[in-house]
Amino acid sequence: MPARPRDLTAAGLAAAALAIVSAWWWLPGWAVNMLALALANGLVVLGLAIQMRAGLVSFGQALYYGLGAYAAALLARLAGVTDAFVMAAAGAAVAAAVAFALGFLLSRYRGIFFAMLSLAFSMILFGLLTNSAALGSTDGFGVPAPTFAAFDPGDNARLTLFLFALVAALAFAAAFSAHRYLESTMGHIGEAIRENEVRAEYLGASVRRAIHLKYVLAAALSGLGGALTALLIGHVTPEDFVYWTKSGEFVFVAILSGTGHVAAPFVGSLLFELVRSYALQYAPDYWQMLLGGALLAIILFLPGGLWSAFRRASRRG
Amino acid sequence: MLDPVPILVNGVTYASWLFLVAAGLTLIYGVMNILNVAHGSLYALGAYAGAWSVGEWLAGGGAVYWTYALLLASALAVGLVVGPLIERGALRWLYDRDEIVIVLATFALFLMLEDVIKLIFGVESYLPWQPYTELGFVDVGGIPFPVYDFCLVALAAAVGGLAWFGLNRTRAGKLLQAVIHDRELGRALGIDVRLVFVVTFAIGAVLGALGGAFTAPMISVVPGIGVEVIVLAFAVVVIGGLGSIEGAAIGALLVGVGRTAAVAVLPELELFVVYGVMALVLIARPEGLFGRAAARRI
Repeated sequence: MPARPRDLTAAGLAAAALAIVSAWWWLPGWAVNMLALALANGLVVLGLAIQMRAGLVSFGQALYYGLGAYAAALLARLAGVTDAFVMAAAGAAVAAAVAFALGFLLSRYRGIFFAMLSLAFSMILFGLLTNSAALGSTDGFGVPAPTFAAFDPGDNARLTLFLFALVAALAFAAAFSAHRYLESTMGHIGEAIRENEVRAEYLGASVRRAIHLKYVLAAALSGLGGALTALLIGHVTPEDFVYWTKSGEFVFVAILSGTGHVAAPFVGSLLFELVRSYALQYAPDYWQMLLGGALLAIILFLPGGLWSAFRRASRRG
Repeated sequence: MLDPVPILVNGVTYASWLFLVAAGLTLIYGVMNILNVAHGSLYALGAYAGAWSVGEWLAGGGAVYWTYALLLASALAVGLVVGPLIERGALRWLYDRDEIVIVLATFALFLMLEDVIKLIFGVESYLPWQPYTELGFVDVGGIPFPVYDFCLVALAAAVGGLAWFGLNRTRAGKLLQAVIHDRELGRALGIDVRLVFVVTFAIGAVLGALGGAFTAPMISVVPGIGVEVIVLAFAVVVIGGLGSIEGAAIGALLVGVGRTAAVAVLPELELFVVYGVMALVLIARPEGLFGRAAARRI
């Protein structure tokens, strides 16, 4: 048996995380904030990518993104908890719990039905939130500035730094864990399911259980991303966190990035945030056209996403 | 106390509107297996084209009763130009790909068309209310209802009837059913499947634009009107069964009357009625109330 090439992913991810954290010293404040937002949204995209490896596309991932954000925000609003660690954990936990329950249902569906059912559930949450006056309906409500294990960063610049460090650390941890998971037997089953479900069953795998697990993992990542985004923005609304266009945006970034590597969702998410902030400033009327054109071009010419192009180029060179 | 008359009348009006929007979506899915997100843009384009042409016509001193023909003409123009453009320009390259990939491609087209609409019609709102008020009001159970609403119901019934007749009683409809049943076999029998696809997509596009054009007099036409419509139409189509015209009618009635009743009784549950029912139908009967069960490959 030939020796497997040594897996450098962990080292690479750690180096990338350090490089990202060091960005705080040489990047202006708004850029640090944008980077943090991109990493938080990258968590959601990573969740989508894990599902896509098994051939499943969720058109309602904003359900868990919104659940995480609202769970974190409500914890502060109702219980007065402003600890960032607790709020982030609560977001992930609530999303995972709901996904565990819904997963018994969703794991029975594939293709277009999986997409439509997840869309339906996300729109139910959207409807409930927009019609609940207690939660500010369409206006949402504010999220107070968080503390860090009883430590209060005080001014805004230091708050941004702390949040940024937290998001970067969690993104690194998530990417590393996802890598370990995808390299495990349970992770590889995903590709087997995508290729041929019957054969995967014959190999002794429980397809439904594997999909259920992926569904819960993706939801936990999305809930975490939603909670962190709520902390970064300081405000939650149904439109920004739960509406179907948000789900579409995540699917877009996932397609853009490709599912070839756990770092791809974060790179794709960063690229997306960069292009968006520039496009909204210089060509706001063409922003969606740019998005749509890029998505169509990738679907037509680069089905593996940007990461696959990078891989192809590096193999050739 | 709750009066069932307005709930029923408004519910049926709303259902007719839903059916107009959903019929094209379900037709395209039934024939081509494409869940077309860009249908929302066709609706918006139809609304804009209708509103713009009515506005120009009336500003030029034209008579109001001609505006109904104008609305119809703008829907036809939009559907017959944009529909084939989308199908020939983008979708035909994707027929051998996964259904879900095609959904994403139409989502991309939807995003692009949103900006195209803004570029053509600007971001200001259009209010072509004249065709709406021209017809006056009629009393039902002591409450005045706009006659236009009943015309919308008639239009939906006409579209539904025509679709049923076309599919079941004409040669072209029989050929279409053959293609729906088995694309390969249809081709082997000498049916020009490519032509069938273009025509189907164009008809579906016209239906979407028709829904938009005849809604324009009832609303303020602003950017983003297609965004909500498409998820609503998805719910209707999924409830009735993807690909079934009768199903779309039943789904539209369920959602239309259900939502209107919810608004009157329990406004908190307004959207829950729509998407909750959609989820329930998917859980209990994934092929929808009227859909044919597909042979599962797993």
